[in-house]
Amino acid sequence: MKTYIENFKKYRFLLMELVKKGVKLKYRRSYLGILWTLLEPLLTMIVLSIVFGTLFGNTDPTFPVYILTGRLMYTFFNNATKGAMKAIRANAGMIKKVYVPKYIYPLSSVLFNYIIFAISLIVLVVVALVLKVYPTIYLLQAVIPLILILVTAFGVGMILSTMAVFFRDLEYLWSVGLMIIMYASAIFYKPERLFASGYGWILKLNPLYLIIHNFRQAVFGHPMNMKFLAASIVFAIVSVIVGLVFFYKKQDEFILHI
Amino acid sequence: MAKKEVLRVENVGMKFNLSQEKVDDLKDYVIKLLKRQLSYNEFWALKDINFSLNKGDRLGILGLNGAGKSTLLKVIAGVLKATEGTVTSKGKIAPLLELGAGFDQQYTGRENIYLYGAVLGFSKKFLDEKLDEIIAFSELGKFIDVPVKNYSSGMKSRLGFSVATLVEPDILILDEVLSVGDAKFRKKSEAKIMSMFDKGVTVLFVSHSLEQVQRLCNKAILLEKGHIIANGSIDEVSKIYLEKTK
Repeated sequence: MKTYIENFKKYRFLLMELVKKGVKLKYRRSYLGILWTLLEPLLTMIVLSIVFGTLFGNTDPTFPVYILTGRLMYTFFNNATKGAMKAIRANAGMIKKVYVPKYIYPLSSVLFNYIIFAISLIVLVVVALVLKVYPTIYLLQAVIPLILILVTAFGVGMILSTMAVFFRDLEYLWSVGLMIIMYASAIFYKPERLFASGYGWILKLNPLYLIIHNFRQAVFGHPMNMKFLAASIVFAIVSVIVGLVFFYKKQDEFILHI
Repeated sequence: MAKKEVLRVENVGMKFNLSQEKVDDLKDYVIKLLKRQLSYNEFWALKDINFSLNKGDRLGILGLNGAGKSTLLKVIAGVLKATEGTVTSKGKIAPLLELGAGFDQQYTGRENIYLYGAVLGFSKKFLDEKLDEIIAFSELGKFIDVPVKNYSSGMKSRLGFSVATLVEPDILILDEVLSVGDAKFRKKSEAKIMSMFDKGVTVLFVSHSLEQVQRLCNKAILLEKGHIIANGSIDEVSKIYLEKTK
């Protein structure tokens, strides 16, 4: 364990460089640069609010905040897991040449997406204040789902990055998986009718929904759902353990497949 | 100067599983698994490799194509993990294999220096100090702030060479790379390598040019089908190599 920590310290600078590279390259050569991070969720929020607000006859003026919380978290999960999945193959040139602890690559990918996610939360703050969703003491709870989504994305990302080395078609399968997760995360609809219909278990089996729900509770000033919280903590821990063990056991074979 | 051992390779063997057909997607894998068609051929690329190097040794690795030379270098660099046996090394290993292959295409030359340096395990402070020297040696001038994707292959190799040598590794791995750039840069890079020899860097060198190996190295090993068949001074081993290739 001690050698692991020392090894991590030695490569901390590399991790920082890779995170920096991700953030820098994402917006290089685009006119608006980092502003896109703010503009993009804002625009989709407006479209989704109009379409689904009208479709479901939603008159709640804070509905855009509801959409935005879900969408921002989902977008992070989507980008981070996809990035981690491709990380080993994308850095094949380096991996084939120089020894580096390989988990650095998926980890840096998750972290840089988290930084972009953190920046995009500015939109949420502004929109919430404009629509008069003011912070309460419950907002402090938001830290917990914000940590949980990072841990979950890292765990799932490690599993995917290991599998993607061996199976190239995983990328397409995961896109389908992500779409199912998106529809089952209650991003642009309120789940009450679904719960009433008896299909609510679909949402409750989706750890991303559980995290989004608790994040919304914090933003709208309600206490967290403790059952949801417990389930999402268990899922986060299990995914990280499975991801790390799986990655660790298979990493020496990576080079033979990339 | 007392001879200090910097690299020891003990009983190293490297086994590959060559599947008869390459299975690299989930769909094929599941189909083959159900039909029980997953079979592998074992193949030892390296077997019973033993040698050690002292500080300042320059080892030439000779052998015909497919003898396991590049596999051996990858095992020593830590990129491949040996199936059996151990490699122990002291100090920093910098590989100069396929120069510039690890650069990020979108990043500028300057940014790539930091990235590449970080991959080799150097600190930011160290790279800050070396930056000007690296840029000067690479002769890239104002192109250092241009994305690497716009570089010519000569420019990329020059940058790769400059980073890998100026960071002063303890063990340098050279895989057929002493022919980068134009004649002028080639001369300069050979001079650079020679000056590193004087400072006592340990070198592992793979080349098909026996003349080049004889000029640069003082020791050599000869590989055939993954086994060492000769190990000793460069003169002895090159004699055997010449007889083999006759």
